[in-house]
Amino acid sequence: MRIFVAIKFLRMSVQSFQEHFDSLIDREITIEPKDWMPDDYRKTLIRQISQHAHSEIVGMLPEGNWITRAPSLRRKAVLLAKVQDEAGHGLYLYSAAETLGVSRDDLYDQLHTGKAKYSSIFNYPTLTWADMGAIGWLVDGAAIMNQVPLCRTSYGPYARAMVRVCKEESFHQRQGFEIMLTLSKGTEVQKKLAQDAFNRWWWPSLMMFGPPDAESPHTAQSVRWRIKRLTNDELRQKFVDVTVEQAKVLGLNVPDKDLKWNEERGHYDFGTINWEEFWNVVKGNGPCNRQRLEARKAAWAEGQWVRDAATAYAEKRKTRKAEAMKAA
Amino acid sequence: MSNKNEWPLWEVFIRSKAGLDHKHAGSLHAADAQMAIENARDVYTRRMEGVSIWVVESKNIVASDPGEAESMYEPANDKIYRHPTFYNLPDEVKYM
Repeated sequence: MRIFVAIKFLRMSVQSFQEHFDSLIDREITIEPKDWMPDDYRKTLIRQISQHAHSEIVGMLPEGNWITRAPSLRRKAVLLAKVQDEAGHGLYLYSAAETLGVSRDDLYDQLHTGKAKYSSIFNYPTLTWADMGAIGWLVDGAAIMNQVPLCRTSYGPYARAMVRVCKEESFHQRQGFEIMLTLSKGTEVQKKLAQDAFNRWWWPSLMMFGPPDAESPHTAQSVRWRIKRLTNDELRQKFVDVTVEQAKVLGLNVPDKDLKWNEERGHYDFGTINWEEFWNVVKGNGPCNRQRLEARKAAWAEGQWVRDAATAYAEKRKTRKAEAMKAA
Repeated sequence: MSNKNEWPLWEVFIRSKAGLDHKHAGSLHAADAQMAIENARDVYTRRMEGVSIWVVESKNIVASDPGEAESMYEPANDKIYRHPTFYNLPDEVKYM
């Protein structure tokens, strides 16, 4: 009899935890690490935050490619600072993911074994210096579009990490736009470089917002839990509207023959995205998927001695300190 | 499920300007306290956002249980006489 009562009490407790959690979500009260949360909420957040973190770290590679070949010292220092920021963003996000009860090493393992994904935009190659401009302007621009609403996401550590990231991200977009501006107002060769980079990065940037709402299985639950504040299509539309105007300032052509202002909707109509390409890249068959993962795995393996040395040095310091105290 | 070779986790607190409190900025992994301070500088103060850094191993943080919040903070809820707005003063009284 006592066992039945105990189980019934447990069931009631979980039910009341769920009701309390739901009321926090409904009242826009932030959920913090020690709060009770449904298992699926925790799992979804771990997946989303860690994949966001992986994206930042892998995202260092396409731009890292051009640091040694930046055309001026100023451009080099600026690009270096941007790539450094991306490392920092990855670290803020790993730190937020770890508050949910997952270890850093496990997250790296998921990335290295292909169990976890990262934003597929980083599976495209950076072929010219102009790509640095296009990435800063379009890729960081799309990221900002996605990240600003996330500053109000329901999970506290994720929201606070996003506030920090957004503060830093706006210089990223500006440096990219500045590169595009310099090129598009420059020589014929420079203008061609800028237009070519724009042509290659435009559609993949639109794909950054993910599949259409109708085909996005996670969206409904994420919106219900206030993890996601705006849908994929809503964000993508905002990005198009804002960026097309910026392209006019650059005097560059948007590589979309179906792009047209729709007076009735008050938005730009744009062409159909090549979803086959999108899914192909997500599945691992993009131009640089293998390269990116190999680079990450190599960095981890080749960095083992650094991790070991730091641990050994910490031990040495601890021993020296203890001996000094004994001698005193 | 953590690897025993993984560096310990540290919580980082930053004072951004003289006169302000240290605020929790996030966490990071480091082999010891000295390295944690140096890593905290690299991760959390790239834009001069810090004049002082505290690091504490995460295992040393003791946190209150949010499940107890209701009973823990309940006594404070009905003591409105702790707020200055509870008191009505004549208009002629200045500087109070």
